[in-house]
Amino acid sequence: MTSGHRLAEGGRIDRLKPLAFTFNGRRYGGFAGDTLASALLASGVTLVARSWKYHRPRGVVGAGVEEPNAIVQLESGAFSVPNARATEVSLYEGLTARSVNCWPGPEIDFMALVQLFSGLMPAGFYYKTFMWPRRLWKKYEHYIRKASGLGEAPAVADASTYDKMNAYCDVLVAGAGPAGLAAALAAGRSGARVIVADEQAEFGGSLLSLGSAPLPRIGGRAAGHWLDAALRELRAMPNVRMLPRSTVFGYHDANYLTIAERRHDHLPLGERAGCRERIWRVRARRVVLATGAIERPLVFGNNDRPGIMLASAASTYVNRYGVRLASRAVVFTNNDSAYGSALDLYHAGIEVAAIVDSRRSPGGEVVQKVRDASIEIIGGSVVVDTRGRRHLSAVRVVQMDGERLTGRPRHIECGLLAMSGGWSPVVHLHAQSGARPRFDVARACFVPGEAIQGERSAGACNGTFDLESCMGEGAAAGAQAAALSGFVARATKPPAVEASAPKAQPLQPLWLVPSPRGVSRGPRQFVDFQNDVSASDIALAAREGYRSIEHVKRYTALGFGTDQGKLGNINGMAILARELGQEISATGTTTFRPNYTPVTFGAIAGRDVGELFEPVRTTALHAWHEERGAVFENVGQWKRPRYFPRDGESMHEAVRRECLAARNGVAIMDASTLGKIDIQGPDAATFLDLVYTNAWRKLAAGRCRYGIMLDENGMVMDDGVTTRLAENRYLMTTTTGGAARVLAWMERWLQTEWPNLKVYNTSVTDHYATAAIVGPRSREVLSAVCSDIDLSAAAFPFMSCRQGAVAGAAARVMRISFSGELAYEVNVPANEARHVWDALLAAGAANGITPYGTEAMHVLRAEKGYIIVGQDTDGSVTPADLGMEWLVSKDKDFIGRRSLLRPDTARDDRKQLVGLLSEDPSVVIPEGSQLVDDASASASAPVPMLGHVTSSYESPALGRSIALALVKAGRRRTGEMLLAPLRDGRRIRARIVSPVFLDPEGTRQNA
Amino acid sequence: MLMIACPWCGPREQTEFAYGGEAHIARPADPDAVDDAQWADYLFMRTNPKGCHREQWNHAFGCRRWFNVERDTLSYRITSVYKPGERPAEPAA
Ligand SMILES: [Zn+2]
Repeated sequence: MTSGHRLAEGGRIDRLKPLAFTFNGRRYGGFAGDTLASALLASGVTLVARSWKYHRPRGVVGAGVEEPNAIVQLESGAFSVPNARATEVSLYEGLTARSVNCWPGPEIDFMALVQLFSGLMPAGFYYKTFMWPRRLWKKYEHYIRKASGLGEAPAVADASTYDKMNAYCDVLVAGAGPAGLAAALAAGRSGARVIVADEQAEFGGSLLSLGSAPLPRIGGRAAGHWLDAALRELRAMPNVRMLPRSTVFGYHDANYLTIAERRHDHLPLGERAGCRERIWRVRARRVVLATGAIERPLVFGNNDRPGIMLASAASTYVNRYGVRLASRAVVFTNNDSAYGSALDLYHAGIEVAAIVDSRRSPGGEVVQKVRDASIEIIGGSVVVDTRGRRHLSAVRVVQMDGERLTGRPRHIECGLLAMSGGWSPVVHLHAQSGARPRFDVARACFVPGEAIQGERSAGACNGTFDLESCMGEGAAAGAQAAALSGFVARATKPPAVEASAPKAQPLQPLWLVPSPRGVSRGPRQFVDFQNDVSASDIALAAREGYRSIEHVKRYTALGFGTDQGKLGNINGMAILARELGQEISATGTTTFRPNYTPVTFGAIAGRDVGELFEPVRTTALHAWHEERGAVFENVGQWKRPRYFPRDGESMHEAVRRECLAARNGVAIMDASTLGKIDIQGPDAATFLDLVYTNAWRKLAAGRCRYGIMLDENGMVMDDGVTTRLAENRYLMTTTTGGAARVLAWMERWLQTEWPNLKVYNTSVTDHYATAAIVGPRSREVLSAVCSDIDLSAAAFPFMSCRQGAVAGAAARVMRISFSGELAYEVNVPANEARHVWDALLAAGAANGITPYGTEAMHVLRAEKGYIIVGQDTDGSVTPADLGMEWLVSKDKDFIGRRSLLRPDTARDDRKQLVGLLSEDPSVVIPEGSQLVDDASASASAPVPMLGHVTSSYESPALGRSIALALVKAGRRRTGEMLLAPLRDGRRIRARIVSPVFLDPEGTRQNA
Repeated sequence: MLMIACPWCGPREQTEFAYGGEAHIARPADPDAVDDAQWADYLFMRTNPKGCHREQWNHAFGCRRWFNVERDTLSYRITSVYKPGERPAEPAA
């Protein structure tokens, strides 16, 4: 497919490989090597978007990462990409895209009506109008966001996969233009490990956009040939990794940089396989920044019409993509570089009607070349306004005397205005590294300041714009980086460059073109195209008292778009500086934060999604639980059976059945998730004395003891039963969720505070499976599979441990109970868990042995008033608050003891653990309910809160509801009535009782 | 992201480590000998300097050992890494 907008020859596109694509529902053609933007321009599509606030027609302005207007929704469904820059989208067969921010399309846009009211939408418009009154903002917001939004987030799951790569290198080169390539070659030749990344599909940077006119020669050959040879040499070096389509988007501490590599987005959907994007996390000894520069637009009236673009972009479209942008063009500039663009257009057969130069008498070599081509140069003049409805048709040129416009305006018809306000070095990564760019008055741009980390800028990002100097700086920076990394870099002379940039005449700063009618009354002079911020908005912000560029940014939305102000920010800062009567250096820049360009959420998440988001831990008996239809709950990372419903049973019915089995017969639970820490060493008892509140030295081998641990503030942090296995060996159990924390915490004390103690902690949680056999028939069941342990009450008393064989497996059996029943916990190696479990179930079949889950476990322990740390405690509860003074030794020091002596922890009106019985035994008070004095029923709010319900269940054993609560001076209030006022209006009355509801003497567990 | 040289394992990424706050906060040898204010000082008060800071780190996803780091809180530059019980390589600036 050809069109009148494509040059017959030239460029880096492959005219033998036509590609079809769809834009806003219409089919077009392009060629391999095109971007979506170049293919659209070559198809004559110049109106590609509507602006954010006023919905003005907009066209392509740039040719790369800086593009503010040509933002598209790429593809749809699972492959949808919102806010892709058409200038960076490589064209592929079947590509489908549509404009964002317009409906039904950019040519006829409903919201363009808003333009008519544009005078009513000054800076701060959204804050002033829509945020007030607040009540209505909720109503507006939906419509405003819809009208002003950019792309849409995909509604379906992303079909792609993403990876993360970790890499270490000696020299990271960011950018593979002439300076970056020179640096990579110099560093690579030394043998240093080099990574060179560039955001474009092809390496070469500005070399890819060179025209035929002032074609430079590098090292004695055509620039293109030098580039091919350089890339060949780099590819041949095993120590060099080349990453095209890869953006260095973050520069963090200690030379840690992040790169987003796009591997798929240039391929037709059907050909995409494997990983779409990779985030490279790179540690580099040294960094060479060769990120180039971005041309600045000029700020003049109606400077946003389609057909107005950066001069460098015009060169790129003509030279690299063979686009015939217009039949007639005007160039508007304040510097020499746009003269090269004029020649590029001229050589492509585009008539250049004139170069409008703000400088009074432009001269020099390149200017002479333009004169030789019979192009008119209008010096000392500016473009003050433009015409055209959906596309540029003419520009209005006026002479400028200082800041004053003089003489008669002149209209020049043209379909393209190529503008250049100078160049802004891409100092983003340098600034992200912690350094501060400084304003260079002579070059009228921000340049890198003093390096804070191991980096150096080379080429255009360093404010160096002629090709030979760029390559010289690159080679020097690459060699230096290699040398600083310990490699011997051979001193190679940078290649000589002929006829690149002849000695340039200095640029004349031109931040804002004077407006014939004044900034506020004249046509809008756009500074930020994407966010529709104009010079008058910045002037208004200054008039309203904004002084800091950071505040002006937030007030006007300058630089808030997806382009992050790459095009407009510097102009905006300079305009603000002028309004404030400051130097630009005093105004400064806004903060350059990562990411340099947007990074997809998919890439950031990588593989850490779905079931890989967090590890799932299952016990050795998990398969059995699944077979039995267990309903699971998450406890930390563990999956634990919550209950085992039989056919048609509700949770309530199942839990009731499980509880009654434990109280009246025999039940069995998988308790493997409890944390288990093997503690050994001659000082183990001393250490346990320090971490537990009670005393451990006198505990005999083969005996178990319950302990609570406090943090140093005196608050309960974990609890569990610890068994003395031998003289210098203990097995500690912790809560399921606290295992890792307790181990780490004990290690910290040992290593940092008591390094003299000889104690060795080992986590053995996963090594052993634990079956809790609970109920009056438990001894009977266990004895059927365990013949070498005397299970009689006299020989194997409560709180003791025996070793023996259970169903043939070596087992530690502990007679401990979290239910108040006669119970045994059988610990066997995890690999033998299923065998032992099956044997226990078979042995208990006659007694109706009933598997139970965590819900029944909670009910059983609450009936006994046993706490669960983290449910009945919250980090502000002392042992005394729980009624556990008996567990607190007075004869030794332990962690947290001193804090218990503070006046606040010694108060007797602290919140204390109590039992609650609701007046109506069928009512279960919701956990978390706040409790107030019963007399508050008639008082008006607010009333003092006395505490809250921590655990609440229906108790099958008691045939009524029970609850545990933390209540101010609760034990003293025993017998009093409290009130739980609920959100739904109910007020539940409940009496304070002992937290032990069942068998306070402990006869059942001691049976 | 910092690069931290574990005294036992060598330089590793910060993601392998856990931060432990200010170092050299000694637990009073006899807690009963200090008054409440002194005890509170031990529990809660930290220097939080701008500049040189000595702090505890744990190689949590490595050797699980605790050690000390001297770090500039402004530049994040690490000036010394040393084991418990040792002093920093050079006196703090
Ligand atoms: Zn280590």
